[in-house]
This record gives sequence, C-alpha cells and structure tokens, in this order.
Amino acid sequence: MPETAAQITEMIIIAIIYLGIFSVAGLFLVFMERRVAAWFQLRIGPNRVGYQGLLQTMADALKLVSKELTGTVKADKFLYNLAPYFVIISSLMALGLIPFSKSFQAFDINIGIFFLIAVSSIGVIGILLGGWASNNKYSLIGAMRSGVQTISYELSVGLSLLTMVLLTGSLQLSEMVEVQKHGWLILQGHIPAVIAFMVFMIAGTAETNRAPFDMVEAESELGAGFHTEYSGMKFAYFFLAEFINMFIIAAIATTVFFGAWLSPFGITESLPWLGIIWFLIKTFALVFLMMWFRWTFPRLRVDQLLTLEWKYLLPINLVNIVVMALIVWQKLTIQF
Amino acid sequence: MERILFYLLALNMISFAIAAVSTRKMLRSVIYLLFVLVGVAGIFFLIDYNFLAAIQLTVYAGGIIVLIIFSVLLVHHIELKLEMAKPKRQIATVIACLLGIGLFLTTIYSYHFNVVENNLTTTTSDIGSKLLSYGEGGFILPFEVISVLLLAAMIGAIIIAKGKKLNPKTHT
Repeated sequence: MPETAAQITEMIIIAIIYLGIFSVAGLFLVFMERRVAAWFQLRIGPNRVGYQGLLQTMADALKLVSKELTGTVKADKFLYNLAPYFVIISSLMALGLIPFSKSFQAFDINIGIFFLIAVSSIGVIGILLGGWASNNKYSLIGAMRSGVQTISYELSVGLSLLTMVLLTGSLQLSEMVEVQKHGWLILQGHIPAVIAFMVFMIAGTAETNRAPFDMVEAESELGAGFHTEYSGMKFAYFFLAEFINMFIIAAIATTVFFGAWLSPFGITESLPWLGIIWFLIKTFALVFLMMWFRWTFPRLRVDQLLTLEWKYLLPINLVNIVVMALIVWQKLTIQF
Repeated sequence: MERILFYLLALNMISFAIAAVSTRKMLRSVIYLLFVLVGVAGIFFLIDYNFLAAIQLTVYAGGIIVLIIFSVLLVHHIELKLEMAKPKRQIATVIACLLGIGLFLTTIYSYHFNVVENNLTTTTSDIGSKLLSYGEGGFILPFEVISVLLLAAMIGAIIIAKGKKLNPKTHT
C-alpha cells in the first residue's frame, strides 16, 4: 500500500473509533443522568433492560432511529438539516484533543487548549440555525437565549483556562499534563487555581446549556426550546451532543486542574495503562458534580444569568489572572 | 496529499464565496460565508500556522458570524427573499466585479513571490514575545495603538447604546 493511502486509512480508522467512543459515551451519560436523577429524587430509575438497565439508552436510540422524521412545512429545509451537524462535528473535533492517557490522544496540536475553545465556539451556530430554520417562535426564542448565553460565558471559560496556562507556560495538552507531575495544577496554584476551577465549572455548565442555566430549553416556558421541531435521529444528534459537551467540559477540567491521566501522588506510576482508568474516574466525578448542580439549583432568569456573568464572574476572573501572575512571578506555587 | 487538500479547500472556498453572494436567502448567505472563513482557517492549518487558524475560527467563525446571525434573526423573517436587482444595476455590478477581479489578478500575477523553504512551526510564545518586544522587529507600537483603538470603539459603542440616558438634562 502506498504511503498516502496508508495514512488516509489510518485517519479513517481513528475517526471511526472516535465515532464509536462518541456514541457509546453519549448513551452511557444519558443513562447515568437518568440514574443519578432517580437517586436524587428517591426513585429507582431505569433498571429493566440489561444489567441494572445498562442497555436502556441503547433501546431508546434504536427507537429514535426507527422514528419518522418530521418537520414544519415552511421551514428552510437546507439549514434545518444542516444545523445538527454543526453541533455534533464541533463536539467530535473537541473529543479528539482530549488526552485519555499518555498514548491515547488523537490530535496533540501545539495550541491544544486554545483550539478546544475555538472549536467549541462554533457549536452555538448549529443551535442558532436550528432555532431559526424551524420557523417556530419558541425555537427562535430558545435559540436567541442560547446565543446570548454562550457568547457571554465563553469569555469566562477562556479566561479561567488562561489563568491556568500562566502556570503551565504551554498550550499543548500533553505538556500541560507533563507539568502536573510535580503536583496537580489545582494544588500548584492553590487559591487562584481553586477560584479558576469554580468559575470554569459554572461557566462550563452554562456553556453546555444545562440546568440551572437551561433557559434554552426551559420546558415550562418554551416547549423544548430550539429543538422543538426536530424529531427522530436529528433530535438525537442534539441530545447526544449536549451530553458529550458535558463530558468534554469535565474532561477539560480534569486535564487542566486534576492532572489528566496522572495518578494521585504518582502511586501507580509503574503501571501506565491505569492512566485511562484514572482519567475516567476523575472525569465522571466531575460529570456527577454537574448532574448534582442540575438537581440542586433552580433555573435562573435571563437577566440574572447575564448579571452573574458580566458583573460577578468576569471581574473575579480578571482579578484572579493578576493574582495568579503575581504568584507565578514570585514563585509562590506549591510543588513537590 | 497537501496539494490535493489545498485544491479541495480552494475550490470549496471559491464555490461557497460565489454561493454567498448569489443566494437570495439572507441567512443562507451568512452560512456560506462561514464556510469560506472555515476554509481560510483550513489553509492556515495546512501551512502549519495553528495559532492563526485558531484565531480565525474563534474570531470570525465563532464571533463575527454569530453576531451577523443574531442581527439576521432579529430583522429577517423566514419567508422573505431578497429582491432581484434591475437589469441596469445587474450590468453595473457585473462590470464592477470584473474590474475588481482584473485588478486583483494583475496584482497577484505581476508580483514576484519569494518562496522560502520553511519547516519551522510558529509557536504561540514566539508571537507573544514579538508582540511585546520593543527592540529590532518588535511590534509593541502597533499593539498599543490597536488597544487604544479598541478602547475608543468600546467607549463609542457605550455612548451609542446609552444614547440620551447619559445626559439627564436632555432626557427630561
């Protein structure tokens, strides 16, 4: 086989593997969300299909595939069909950068974290398009809210990650992990790092449009928000992408703050294959935290949401960056 | 391989650029413009200038296009289509476009490009230190001038948005 053909085949195989991870992780997260929700509400949740209900979401996905695709008559068909792909492609591209373990990372680009921010800023276009092209007023309102929300909170996500970049001195994700061999960044940067972590989790929850920031699809006001008119597999695309985005936010937090695949204090350093398990443990702990948010806080109003971002998170973040710069300059970081 | 990718991207960009100006639905033309901008980012990735590519994606695809989509959503209804121009204006537009293309092509073909073999990847830290250096080949002056310009633009935006509310006398 010539070299170019081999390269192309390799790329295609990797892409298919990532598509597999994408769908399996998405379905598992939906299942986890339902079980956690049930646990918080003192119910049992889905437990009939497969062991402890593990195959429940698989059955749901099969049902969604077999459903008829409907749409509104006067919708802009081209944009209506295009919208889900924006959402799903942007989250799939972000997934490729996540360092699951030392050798399990598809795309280790030298601007790593910045590329993640750039890619995730495209996803909102899909939501805006889907809302407008459905030709439905509830969809349109939902899409507008989502646009406002994502544009505002993107700032906080970017700035809180920038605070941590001051510590690592590199944007490349593998190098960020290398730095953390002398203590996870949340320990190295102590107070400002903890503040940055809190800001990142709040802004990340808002960026994935999850409760308590789910005005985009506020069931009691807007029907189902921007995807009211979507059915069957197209709806499933939006739904899966939302859960994968939650996973990506948690994975970024794991990589930047909690040392990605490194074990705590290097206890299993001699067994490198355990890295992926450590990574998944940390990521799912953070995913659980985001689900915990959802079932604890009531939904915010739009003006409260914007006040939170522009009057609290953004000033806190700006001060935090200066404090972090001072700490790095004076070498007050904790390393061992 | 790189050559094929380049031609794919170029073809993509040209066809979407034509589609962007020739479609009669406003939001569709915005989306075609988005594809053109993403194609430009792809070219930057191809020449291994990752930082600029990511900037292109964040600022143009993620920022400016979203703002344009917002303004279209606010003013445009889904059933509206742009009117066809009158024949006289169509002819005038064609002449103007041809003149523009002619000017660009003559400039590009008459300019002698210096082809340099360069395998170095520009890193972000290089860009940062160049922007802030005041020695030989530093960019501190343009950097500061641009920041003043942005500050002025922000103040201007606040003045326009607040309008009469800034001056209590005119309000009453």
